[in-house]
Amino acid sequence: MSSEMYSLHVNGELREVRDAWVGESLLFVLRERLGLLGSKGACEQGECGSCSVLVDGELLCSCLVLAAGAVGQAIVTIEGVAPLGAPNDVQQAFVDCGAVQCGFCTPGLIMAAHALLERSASPTEIEIREELSGNICRCTGYGRIIEAVQSVAVARRSAT
Amino acid sequence: MSATGVASETTTRGGLGDNVVRPDGVAKVQGSFAFSGDLTADGFLWGATLRSPHPYARIVRIDASGAWAIDGVECVLTASDVPGRATYGLISHDQPVFAHEYVRFEGEPIAAVAADHPETCRRALAAIVVEYEVLAPLTDAERAIDGSHPPIHPDGNVLRHQRIVRGDQSIVGPITVEGTYELGMQDQAFLGLEAALALPDPGGEGVELFVATQWLHEDRKQIAACLDLPEEKVRLTLGGVGGAFGAREDISLQVHCCLLALRSGRPVRMAYSRQESFRGHVHRHPGKVWMRHHADASGHIRRIEARFVLDGGAYASTSSAVLVNAITHTQGPYKCDNATVDGWAARTNNLPCGAMRGFGVVQACFAHEAQMDKLAAAVGIDPVEIRLRNAMETGDHLITGQVIESVAPVARAIRETAALPLPDEPVGGHDGDPMRLPGGAGLTADRGHIRRGIGWGVSIKNLMYSEGFDDYSTARVRLADGVASVKFATVEVGQGFVTIAGQIARSVLGVDDVVLETIDTKIGSAGSTSASRQTWMSGGAIDGACRLVRERLFENVAAAHDLDAVQLAIDGTDVVDTLGTLRVAVAEATAGVVIDETFEYHHRPTEDLDENGQGNCHTAFAFVAQRAVVDVDPELGLVKVVQIATAQDVGRALNPMSVVGQIEGGIAQGLGLAVMEEIVQVDGHVRNASFTDYLLPTFLDMPDVVISLIEEPDPMAPMGAKGVGEPPCIAATPAIVAAIRDAIGKDISRVPVRPGDICLTEVG
Repeated sequence: MSSEMYSLHVNGELREVRDAWVGESLLFVLRERLGLLGSKGACEQGECGSCSVLVDGELLCSCLVLAAGAVGQAIVTIEGVAPLGAPNDVQQAFVDCGAVQCGFCTPGLIMAAHALLERSASPTEIEIREELSGNICRCTGYGRIIEAVQSVAVARRSAT
Repeated sequence: MSATGVASETTTRGGLGDNVVRPDGVAKVQGSFAFSGDLTADGFLWGATLRSPHPYARIVRIDASGAWAIDGVECVLTASDVPGRATYGLISHDQPVFAHEYVRFEGEPIAAVAADHPETCRRALAAIVVEYEVLAPLTDAERAIDGSHPPIHPDGNVLRHQRIVRGDQSIVGPITVEGTYELGMQDQAFLGLEAALALPDPGGEGVELFVATQWLHEDRKQIAACLDLPEEKVRLTLGGVGGAFGAREDISLQVHCCLLALRSGRPVRMAYSRQESFRGHVHRHPGKVWMRHHADASGHIRRIEARFVLDGGAYASTSSAVLVNAITHTQGPYKCDNATVDGWAARTNNLPCGAMRGFGVVQACFAHEAQMDKLAAAVGIDPVEIRLRNAMETGDHLITGQVIESVAPVARAIRETAALPLPDEPVGGHDGDPMRLPGGAGLTADRGHIRRGIGWGVSIKNLMYSEGFDDYSTARVRLADGVASVKFATVEVGQGFVTIAGQIARSVLGVDDVVLETIDTKIGSAGSTSASRQTWMSGGAIDGACRLVRERLFENVAAAHDLDAVQLAIDGTDVVDTLGTLRVAVAEATAGVVIDETFEYHHRPTEDLDENGQGNCHTAFAFVAQRAVVDVDPELGLVKVVQIATAQDVGRALNPMSVVGQIEGGIAQGLGLAVMEEIVQVDGHVRNASFTDYLLPTFLDMPDVVISLIEEPDPMAPMGAKGVGEPPCIAATPAIVAAIRDAIGKDISRVPVRPGDICLTEVG
């Protein structure tokens, strides 16, 4: 294995990546090199969305991107969304609405829902379905997740 | 109850019946919950598995020296390295830890390696030379059971044959309907791939395994036998489980991971890829079911004839139990006194099959519900009326002779479902939005061509294990200073048992604080998280342990206040004297006192079936009715499921929000089998082992779900509550397919329904 060294901007910090093989995906490096285990791998093909992160504000599957290719870009993972023990409104709504079962898809879905609500303050049900359709959940049948996203949208509107 | 607005009923007390949120919920939404694939240890190695590229072949030679020569490789294992029993299995141990002499399915493990990096593992596996004599695979289950193919395994090609013969065999007609129904192989497709971390004891005297499984103690038993270690030297702790649905009931990487750790003397992590997972666990049995119903002129069932052939694949797993579940549910939730059923589970060179949500009843229900619709048409009544006329009640018999003692609100479920509102969405969707058309935004469906159909699925499902198996559960409860600690080995796979566990303790003991201890093998077995059984069985164990603790608490309080313990009760978080004025907080009453009790819950005994398939083989039953509404483009063969309405017999909803989650999730998997999901095999080779090619329901595929919970507490159930996980998954498939038939007037008899099944022949 080669011992390339590079740095990534993750959750507002510059993190050194040592002893990495240059062929490693962003997902692998986040998890195995930087210890950010919240991003999950379930398909390795960009089909399930469990590994979703924000790179320069854009939602993408970290399993499809080489880590070394993300040098110089701002990466936000589930760990960067809110401090540990202080879930944000999207995260709390998932808990309160029963949108979490096994929880494996959940970090990716939180990222996707967060990105959706940043773009659109009042998504319709069909918009929610379309915008989150890149994230597969095998447990819930999606109903409670839609309710969670809608409840956040309603709460944010009434707060402004 | 509508599926929406559930969460608003959340309360803070958190007892039984409340919409309590998950104790692991915040960790899961923040990404800090540790799944088994997230676990690591200092100095660990990666483990990986070499798998057969052939469905059936003789192994001529294995040369692993090339793998040993690679820098970073610390261990290479083949069949000759297994120190104990060379095979494992849940019911019979017929599956090799590593293939020896023969490989019997594509993907069968042959060797395992441990190395410093996944990429090193990949190169090491590629460097292992295996010389095969490739053989023609046996892939036709009918050939496996007709004796025309030589045995592909020393145990033969028939995994089980069981008949059911009951009543008058001479009854014929006057109305007769028949059909042959087929189901493809479905994958559980849990998202959290198989993963484990094994830590060897110094000197290799034992091993500790952190693993995502469904049944810690059964895993331990099988692992210990294969490692030739005493069971107490194999210690299992549950690694966070990313869904299961039956696929984690069998051994996959457990023995490999432990053995790599023991041989290398270092911690070993293993994690399957998705492609590997498709071959690395058992699946839902593909099957063919023939049924002929005889009924009187008004549609009352007089006799059923049936033949089931389930393809068990290369190894036995739970095929024999799946088969018995299938044939004993032939009649569905309907009265029937006379039956002739022949059931076979076959061994082939296809992927091994075993447990998946519904466990044989999915296959039976798809057939009997299609038959009920044919019967309705033959009699000239509608699908609801035929089901009401035949609806089973408490006290009726199964075709095994077993009396249904469970609460059986079948007619009520059908009526309540029928009363739920139909979708207000017009055919083809609202407002001309192409996203609502069958096929979605591909914009290929023509709104003017779309036809809407309505279909029904009603099911009965057994709860807990059957045929004499005592799948007991154990729980320990410790009450000190107003805090209850609860210990169990019950596997949490996402279903929410950890939520229910706290609710039970809070309700029975009057405490606010409940600590759930680590889920591991340091307590007795809880049985498997399967068969819709844990709320009943492990819930019963916790309830029992809490009651023992409460008795002792009452004794203490009674002694301190010179009262009779029988007049004490829990009210909120206080102990109260029901005949007097004493009121003392549980926290105060337990200050400085430790009460510790363990309870084992057993369900009532069950029996084996005799040669005529007669016997009280099941424990209890749950029922559900579903009505599906679909839009179909008959020219393109595209289907959109618009709505599922359902009334489900839940006994008592201990956590309504959680019950709704089980129902919606179950429906999604039933929808997948109806119109999307199938593992395609050609001559034993898997053609779609990825999420790109194996299609799972997404947000856009799921319909609106309207739910009515039927709460008639079952007197046999510890808290009146029935298991709720499997029934919704069973009824959805036949309901959706019936709706497609209704929309296009064509007899569709196979799932998943493919576009060609709809559009490539004449539409009625």
